[in-house]
Amino acid sequence: MNLPDLQAIRKWAVQTARLCCGIPDYDVYVQHLRTHHPERPVPSYKEFFRERQVARYKGTGGRCC
Amino acid sequence: MSTVAVKPSPAGKILWAAIAIVGAWCLGVVALRRGEPINAIWLVAAAIAVFVIGYRFYGKFINDRVLQMDPTRATPAVLRNDGLDYVPTDKWVVFGHHFAAIAGAGPLVGPVLAAQMGYLPGTLWILFGVVFAGAVQDFMILGLSVRRDGRSLGNMLRDELGPVAGIVAMFGVLVLMMIVLAVLALVVVKALTHSPWGTYTVACTIPIALLMGVYLRWIRPGKILEVSIIGLILLLLSIWSGAAVAASPTLAPIFDFDAKSLAWLLIAYGFCASVLPVWLLLAPRDYLSTFLKIGTILLLALAIFLAAPTLQMPAVTKFIDGTGPVFQGNLFPFLFITIACGAVSGWHSIIASGTTPKLIASEGEARMIGYGGMLMEAFVAIMALVAAASLHPGVYFAMNSPSALIGTTAQDAATAISQWGFVVTPDELLTTAQNIGEKTILSRAGGAPTLAVGMAQLLHGIIPGEGMMAFWYHYAILFEALFILTTVDAGTRVGRFMIQEIAGLVHKPLQHTESWTGNLLATAICVGLWGYFLYQGAVDPLGGINTLWPLFGIANQMLAAVALMLATVVTVKLKRERYVLVPGIPAIWLVICTLTAGWQKLSGPISFTAAAQKYAQAAADGKLLAPAKSVEEMQRIVTNNYVDAALTGIFMLLILTMLGFALNAILKAWRINHPTAHEEPYVALGSVPTR
Repeated sequence: MNLPDLQAIRKWAVQTARLCCGIPDYDVYVQHLRTHHPERPVPSYKEFFRERQVARYKGTGGRCC
Repeated sequence: MSTVAVKPSPAGKILWAAIAIVGAWCLGVVALRRGEPINAIWLVAAAIAVFVIGYRFYGKFINDRVLQMDPTRATPAVLRNDGLDYVPTDKWVVFGHHFAAIAGAGPLVGPVLAAQMGYLPGTLWILFGVVFAGAVQDFMILGLSVRRDGRSLGNMLRDELGPVAGIVAMFGVLVLMMIVLAVLALVVVKALTHSPWGTYTVACTIPIALLMGVYLRWIRPGKILEVSIIGLILLLLSIWSGAAVAASPTLAPIFDFDAKSLAWLLIAYGFCASVLPVWLLLAPRDYLSTFLKIGTILLLALAIFLAAPTLQMPAVTKFIDGTGPVFQGNLFPFLFITIACGAVSGWHSIIASGTTPKLIASEGEARMIGYGGMLMEAFVAIMALVAAASLHPGVYFAMNSPSALIGTTAQDAATAISQWGFVVTPDELLTTAQNIGEKTILSRAGGAPTLAVGMAQLLHGIIPGEGMMAFWYHYAILFEALFILTTVDAGTRVGRFMIQEIAGLVHKPLQHTESWTGNLLATAICVGLWGYFLYQGAVDPLGGINTLWPLFGIANQMLAAVALMLATVVTVKLKRERYVLVPGIPAIWLVICTLTAGWQKLSGPISFTAAAQKYAQAAADGKLLAPAKSVEEMQRIVTNNYVDAALTGIFMLLILTMLGFALNAILKAWRINHPTAHEEPYVALGSVPTR
């Protein structure tokens, strides 16, 4: 297995692990903001993380018995 | 996995025929071989074959014909992409997310309790229940939600069955949640009663989580994986040091509690944890429990494959006649109530209409995530069943029978259980307790401890070593307690929001989730509701699980029936009447099971009413029945049983009301000759600009 493959797998694993905890992909969000809402400020990962952490437990909490 | 209809190649046909033959052979061995114990691998192989065939054929049938999922159609993730909640995401990432959200303690507890009837009834219900009911529910609700902007179950019920049906269902969800929280908290109480080692390690999770919270907030913000690894190391250290605590004459009594005190501690904990900021306690523990859960499931799978244990429990025990000590009631309907998660779980319909539908990039991926995700959960349930059935049946019954039936000493328990036909010596019970580092294993119902002993034995078989059994046992207890406590904490918050929403109808300011008055009041009500049932379970004559688990099962299957009714209504509304039986049959089956079980819990020998009358009669005669030690306690048991009976009645009424709404909607839609479902209009995937 060559290096780009390993990197892709690593990125996939990190993305899955974060999403399991309710944290969406930061890069995707930043890209979305730049494309569709260039006027809005781009939050740092720290700000993004804090906002999402609180948002996760507002709805049904996204978990089962 | 192609979603385009391709004619199967000859090689493909041969492959599927081979899988079918191997699966049928394994299933035949599991079902028909009597008298000699079989190896768990037969059961696991049969399960894999059934799941693969179910996914390939029935899942695809639902995908192509019933839901008519269309890969060219834009999904909510594409249409409403906001980079946060609605994001088109890689299907494997969504699968991981969805599985982590649906897999909880449920599939590990139900099958363990159901093992009292032998491994066969539970296995068959899990295998065929999941293919024809559970996975159908998850997949169809996911499919419906994807076609409706990712709307929630409650919203979809409101749209398709009418506003009143939506409110009735949401009320049902709130009550179900209180029962779920109570019964799960009771599992923890049962596991930790007079277990200083277990209580110490679980208590350690609180400072560990606080430390992780602070670390994530200020030291290394957002580094979830890093902090989880630190947390895991600290957890393992707490298990390791727990042995010393349990052995110490000064420290052990500090962590030695009876069931009542543990119930109060959990109630107090639930209140505090759910009013603290999420980043401090809830979120970090959530991360830890999510990773630990996935890791432990993988570990369990590895252990079963490597250890390949022999199933010591008979295929079918005499307790299918309803006289079992773990839960009362006949195979029908109580097996189908006891194993909820793993075969079919109503709670999943909330997840399948929650975050998951907002992440799916293409409708062609919904089958893998919805149907496939549920098959994975059923596999977890099968593994839990294997772990329980590979225990010595005598040990299994000693752990899961209430002390009212087997007494409180190893001597009494061994005598009672041997009389049931599962010969066991007091020595065997004592040795098991000693091996796992506990004083006693008697009457620890609730699944977690049984699974822990099963897992400990499997893992010990692979990695032997002095004292390792005790380590693995407390690891398994900790892992279950950790995610149950997270559920209790998160669930209390959700319950609080629901209560605040209802209270807001009466007095508007109470609705503000930022307000401390409304917040504390709603939290107190929420904790009070589940706390009542938890405490009731802790003082219950039959040990609590025996009483509360059927109530939980009825409620969970009730919600599943409601979700499947919604799927049935929509199928008719889309004018696909010829497929109405796909969601219709499991819906009817669950209605029959819940109503029958409800009725038997309402009147008859195993009912709550009968138990209440028995205690009321004894109290009137001036007698005291165990475990009550005073007239007041006798009275409390009477009241508790009447409350449970009333709740059962409410559940039955609720399901009949929903059935009425569903039938009404079906009849109306059947008469109209054009589709009337509230689907969002078709938008071609190609016409949406990519981000």
